[in-house]
Amino acid sequence: MTANSVRDDELHGLCDGRLAATRRPEVEAWLTSHPHEAAQVEVWRAQNALLHRAYDRVLIAPLPARLLDATKHSDRLLRMAAALAWLALGGIVGFLVRGELPAAALQATLPRQAALAHAVFSPEVRHPVEVDATQEGHLAAWLSKRLGGKLKPPHLEAAGYTLLGGRLLTGEGGGGNGAVAQFMYQDAQGARLTLYVRNDASGSEAGATAFRFSREGNIGVFYWIDGPFGYALAGNSEKAELLRVATIVYRQLNP
Amino acid sequence: MFGRDAIVSEIPRLRRYAQALVGDAARADDLVQDTLERALSKWLLWRRGSDLRAWLFAIMHNLFVNQVRTPARVEFRADDAMPEAQTRATQADGLALRDLERALAELSAEQREVLLLIGLEEFSYAEASRALGVPLGTVMSRLSRARVRLKTLLDGQAGGASVKLVK
Repeated sequence: MTANSVRDDELHGLCDGRLAATRRPEVEAWLTSHPHEAAQVEVWRAQNALLHRAYDRVLIAPLPARLLDATKHSDRLLRMAAALAWLALGGIVGFLVRGELPAAALQATLPRQAALAHAVFSPEVRHPVEVDATQEGHLAAWLSKRLGGKLKPPHLEAAGYTLLGGRLLTGEGGGGNGAVAQFMYQDAQGARLTLYVRNDASGSEAGATAFRFSREGNIGVFYWIDGPFGYALAGNSEKAELLRVATIVYRQLNP
Repeated sequence: MFGRDAIVSEIPRLRRYAQALVGDAARADDLVQDTLERALSKWLLWRRGSDLRAWLFAIMHNLFVNQVRTPARVEFRADDAMPEAQTRATQADGLALRDLERALAELSAEQREVLLLIGLEEFSYAEASRALGVPLGTVMSRLSRARVRLKTLLDGQAGGASVKLVK
């Protein structure tokens, strides 16, 4: 196909972000002289956005216990295979089943929650965040208000990561306001890191902790507690890379 | 992630898709539950390293198709039964979302699946083709028809409302 004939499926591809990067400028140029098709693509894009507005709420809704129970019923072989996964999962289940979390220390659940939130949201292609980085002031104000503390996304350009934006998640029921913020970053290769922030670190014996590292499946997490805030930086990157970025995050939060 | 927690981390997306697909939240969770149970019973057949999400969505598709084949029409929830949707939506938004729900219900099941896998779940066309077990060309033609029809339905609803106002 030449530049002056654009196929219908290429218009869909443009709308869905599935058009080859080399072809994209040609199709976009073609659309400038074809207003009817250009309008059509805009309508489709609006449809996609509407679908997300209508249904993304389901992603952050607490999971019903029956669905988690459904993953428990299994044959003996699966049980054996999943035995290790089970051990790692306790915290996630507690987090997902609202109100069932035992009064475990924030520290024990923080890395698992952060890894889970990372696994859920970081693969989203077009809507990884609720409020994107172009509205950073709004994002900071909104999340500060919801978490009840002053909160600002760290800038990680120096480390090679750009802020994509953030979203508000639901934490577990008891204690604190249960709100959690997630900031998402991306490097030039598209690798994503998420910074998970909770503000309900309980009455704090220590007030602050050292960095700790935890690996949840293939997701690495550096986490620490500072005053009322618990922070966790999660990503599929190497441990050394995560530590490098976590150090920068920590310094920015504690200038 | 691996094993059970890998499956658990896919549940939010399965729920999102199911809710858009069948409309009613409880029925959607029934579909998700059936999918999880089926997946676990076939867990040993899943090739480690292959795409777990695609596999789960394919299982859900098969279950959904079997449901649709039974003559009972999919029931969509009543107008006032959308408490969750309104928690973060403005009132105007709430109406737009309700219109969307109704319009989705009017699409054929085949069109709805393709539209949602691609528009909401952001599957590539090839991934959608594998999950639904139909050729790529079929995915594209269904997608094209679904988008045209959704526009007609949404425009029609807006038109219908203004006609009523004029009367």
